[in-house]
Amino acid sequence: MRNVVTIVKKQLKDTLKNKTVLIQFVMFPVLTLIFEHAINIPDMPELFFAKLFSVMYMGMAPLTAVAAIISEEKEKNTLRVLMMANVKPWEYLIGVGIYVWTICMVGAGVIATSFPAKDIPFYLAVMAAGFIISIAVGACVGIFAPNQMVSTSMVLPVMLVFSFAPMLAMFNDKIEKIARIFYTQQIRILLNNMTFDGIKPESFAIVAVNALLAIILFFAAFRKKGLE
Amino acid sequence: MIEAKNICKRFADREVLSGIDLDIRPGMIFGLLGPSGAGKTTLIKIITGQLVFESGEVKVFGKNVADLTGEDKRQIGIMMDDHGVYDRMSCADNLKIFADIFGVPYSNIAKTLKEVGLEDAAKKPAMKLSKGMRARLRLARVLMVSPKLLFLDEPTSGLDPMTMRYIHKLIMEQKEKGCTIFLTTHNMEEASVLCDEVALLNEGKIIERGAPEDVCRRYNHQRKILIHLTTGEDIELAHDTYSAGKISSLMEQGTVETIHSSEPSLETVFIELTGRRLESEEEVKYA
Ligand SMILES: Nc1ncnc2c1ncn2[C@@H]1O[C@H](COP(=O)(O)OP(=O)(O)O)[C@@H](O)[C@H]1O
Ligand SMILES: [Mg+2]
Repeated sequence: MRNVVTIVKKQLKDTLKNKTVLIQFVMFPVLTLIFEHAINIPDMPELFFAKLFSVMYMGMAPLTAVAAIISEEKEKNTLRVLMMANVKPWEYLIGVGIYVWTICMVGAGVIATSFPAKDIPFYLAVMAAGFIISIAVGACVGIFAPNQMVSTSMVLPVMLVFSFAPMLAMFNDKIEKIARIFYTQQIRILLNNMTFDGIKPESFAIVAVNALLAIILFFAAFRKKGLE
Repeated sequence: MIEAKNICKRFADREVLSGIDLDIRPGMIFGLLGPSGAGKTTLIKIITGQLVFESGEVKVFGKNVADLTGEDKRQIGIMMDDHGVYDRMSCADNLKIFADIFGVPYSNIAKTLKEVGLEDAAKKPAMKLSKGMRARLRLARVLMVSPKLLFLDEPTSGLDPMTMRYIHKLIMEQKEKGCTIFLTTHNMEEASVLCDEVALLNEGKIIERGAPEDVCRRYNHQRKILIHLTTGEDIELAHDTYSAGKISSLMEQGTVETIHSSEPSLETVFIELTGRRLESEEEVKYA
C-alpha cells in the first residue's frame, strides 16, 4: 500500500512538468468552459458542448495519459528500477490508475461547474465509471507498447474511436448504430437524460460489457506480458 | 555472501554462460572483468533474481534467490548499466521516491547527495545533469539505503577520468563501511585498483581468477625489460641474469636512451589468454 501512495506522489510531482500528459488533462475542461460561456448558438441543445466534450475527454485523456506514463517508464528504464526496489507491478499500475483517475475527476469537476447543481452528482458518478474503463484500456496499451512511439501509434486509433464516435453519431444514423456499442456513446446518452432513474437497461448493459472487456483484456495483457 | 555453482544460461540456442562458479566473501570487492558481450550483465541478473537460468545454483546471504525476503532485498543495492532516472524531477525528488519505497528517513537524501557531491544540484532536474553527475545520481539512489551488498554493473563505463576516480572513492568508502561489492567492468586498471578479487569472463567462461596481484604473478613470464637505444632501436629482454650482463654492457657503451620494466597486468594476462583486448579500440581512444 505504501508503494501505491509513493507512485501517486511521484506522479503528482511530475504533473506540472510533464507537458504532453498535462495538456490531455487540461484541454477539454478548458474548452468546455470557453464554449459554454462564450459561445451562444440559438436552438443549440442545453449544455451541448459540456456533454460532448465530457465524453471526448473520457475517451481521450485517461487512455493517453496512462499509456504515455507506462511506456515512458519502460523506454527510460525507470520501471525496472521500481520493480527492482520491490514495487509490485500491480502496485505500480494501481498507483498510476488512481493518479490519472483523480486528475480526470478534477477535470470533470471543472466541467461540472457548467451543470445545474442537481445534476452534478449524476454527472460525476457517470464520469467516474467511464474513466475507469478508459484507464484499463490505456493500461493495456502501456503494457503492450515497448516504448513511447509505439504507445502513441497504438493509442491513436483507439482514442479516435472512443472519443469521436459519439460526435460522428450525431450526424449519421449508420455510425450511430455502430457507436452504440461503445461505452462513450452510451455515456453520452446517459448524460442527455441526466437521471439515475432514466438509465436504460440497454445502456447499463453495454457499459458493463465494455468495462468487463476492458478489464479482462487488461488482466490478459498483464498476465501475458507483465511489465517488462 | 554470494555462492554460485555451475550456472548455465542460454538465450535461444546460444549458450551465454557455461558453468560459472563463484564464492564471494563478506566485505570484499569482487570484480567481474570481461569484454562487451561476455555475459557480465547476464550473470548479475541471474544472481539478483531478475533472470531465470537453466541449471546451477545461486545463494545470496545463504538463501536461494527466490527465498529472499523483503528485508533481505532491502539490504541489496543494484545498479544495472541501463537503469534510468526520472528526467523531469530534481535529484532530491528522484531520491525521495526511493526513500519512500524503502522507508528511509528523508534526512538521508541530503546526506547522500552530499556524499556523491551533488548537494548543489539537489534541485536541478535530472535531464540537466552532465553524464558524470547522472552516474553519481544513479549511484546515490543505491547508496541511500545503506546496502550490505552492492551490485554495480559497469559503474564507470563511458565516464571521464575525474568522475571515474570520484566513483572509485565512493566504492572504497562503501567497502570501509563493511559493504560487499560485486562490480563488473571492462577496465582492467579499475579492477586492479579496486578489487580484492577478480574473475576474467570470456565467452561465458571464467578463464582466470584470484587477487589481481596473484593473477598477475602467475603470468610473471610476461615480465620484460624494454630498452630504447640512442640509435632508435628497441630491444626486449627477459628478466634474467643474461639480461643483466647485456644491460650493463649497453650502459657502458652509453647507447641506452630509456629503460623500462614491463610487468604483467590484468590486461596483458587477458590478451595472453584470449588473444583479444578487454576494451574495444574506440573505448581505448576515448579513455
Ligand atoms: N534478453 C536477451 N536475449 C537474447 N540474447 C541476449 C539477451 N541479453 C543478453 N543477450 C546476449 O548475451 C550475451 C551477453 O550479454 P551481456 O550479459 O549483456 O554482456 P556484457 O554485460 O558482458 O556486455 C550477448 O551476446 C548478448 O547479445
Ligand atoms: Mg553489460
